[in-house]
Amino acid sequence: MIRLSDIEKRFSGNLVLKGVGLTVEEGAVTALIGPSGSGKSTLLRCANLLETPDAGAVEIGDLRVDFSADRRPSQADSLRVRRRTGMIFQNFQLFPHRRVVENVMEGLVTVQKWPKARARERAMDLLGKVGMAEKAEAWPATLSGGQQQRVAIARALAPSPALILCDEPTSALDPELAEEVVDVLRTLAAEGATMLMATHDLRLARSVARHVAFLEGGEIVEEGQPDAIFGNPREPRTMRFVRSLGL
Amino acid sequence: MPDWLQLMLTSLWPLLRAGLILTVPLAILSFVLGLGAGLLTAVVRLFAPKPLAAIAGFYVWIIRGTPLLVQLFVIFYGLPSAGILIDAFPAALIGFTLNVGAYTSEVIRAALTSISKGQWEAAYSIGMTTRQAMLRTILPQATRVAVPPLGNTFISLVKDTSLAAAITVPELFQQAQRIVAVTYEPLILYIEAALIYLVFSSVLTALQTRLETQFGRYGGFLERQK
Repeated sequence: MIRLSDIEKRFSGNLVLKGVGLTVEEGAVTALIGPSGSGKSTLLRCANLLETPDAGAVEIGDLRVDFSADRRPSQADSLRVRRRTGMIFQNFQLFPHRRVVENVMEGLVTVQKWPKARARERAMDLLGKVGMAEKAEAWPATLSGGQQQRVAIARALAPSPALILCDEPTSALDPELAEEVVDVLRTLAAEGATMLMATHDLRLARSVARHVAFLEGGEIVEEGQPDAIFGNPREPRTMRFVRSLGL
Repeated sequence: MPDWLQLMLTSLWPLLRAGLILTVPLAILSFVLGLGAGLLTAVVRLFAPKPLAAIAGFYVWIIRGTPLLVQLFVIFYGLPSAGILIDAFPAALIGFTLNVGAYTSEVIRAALTSISKGQWEAAYSIGMTTRQAMLRTILPQATRVAVPPLGNTFISLVKDTSLAAAITVPELFQQAQRIVAVTYEPLILYIEAALIYLVFSSVLTALQTRLETQFGRYGGFLERQK
């Protein structure tokens, strides 16, 4: 069971998440859509504690971490959550001082203490999967954005996380570069990866998500299957948003 | 052979010897120790609780705001009045280390804060602890940023070690002063001393360039157009 319950988050007094609850279906992709500032990125970042929620709980399998305003989660809790999740960032955030294959090995070697040879083997498998095996020894700075994002996906997958968080994975990319990233994400989805994805990219949401949640003003307005949300929304706010995307 | 050249040649070894056994070790030791102090100070100012950070800030303020020569005098000539007697070389070492620590802490602090928050987050997202993120992700990238200004500090330090002459350390410059006292040839001897400092700093500049290339090999920075 992967579930976020009653997540509240304030930034300097401003309530940006107003008690959001969301269950992420395992083996499927859940997309978070909504206008800028609706809280989708913040919600995603609460799921791996890059932001600390002020209230609510995060559950990943048998791990549950509760939050309240007067108690910060321990570092041990944060590490446990992060070791069960992987994250893909809008602007990739590869480690520029490490070669492509070392980027993918980093979590295995430093965090999971795998022997280097074994970590390299797994990293090469994953790079093959995202079509980046030939660039294993390249420096990230020499890659295109799409290539960097594919490496970042391999890095996130390396420790076999129970949940993959994608924060606008294609928004920093040109359409044709976005396409190669969408292809990789679609393959992962087809293989049954569990993902929670904030995105503006409707093509991406439609083609990979099994469940879509529409967020606005820090709360979930409507959720359902992609066809229902995009084709036949019930809430006027969802309708207005979907129409603004020009579908 | 003209007299001045003769004098330069006979003084060369005493000067060089003083440079190699005192100037260079003093510079290298105080730089290494000062770099440690600087890293500690920078980390304390960035991450430690406020009172500790304030103490670190106070240290930087005092050292940067007062002349190095005065600091050396306080340590060597002043502290004995308070019952603290320190030999000339250790006194110089302490003075230069404190000085390097204050200046490099600002370089290191700037280098650490120049690495984007996204790199911390990427490190955290794969499960690293703060310590691992610092050591494996942030510090190596900050080093690349810090090498040129640290090279600057080091080269300044090599030249500043001549101030140790004023607290009786018989280093290169004091050696030159001693020879002048006997030969009455200040122009020749001080130019010779200056040339030896120039050789030392040139070697260090070459070393700095190599380090820059080494740490910058991963690319992604503005490079000089060929």
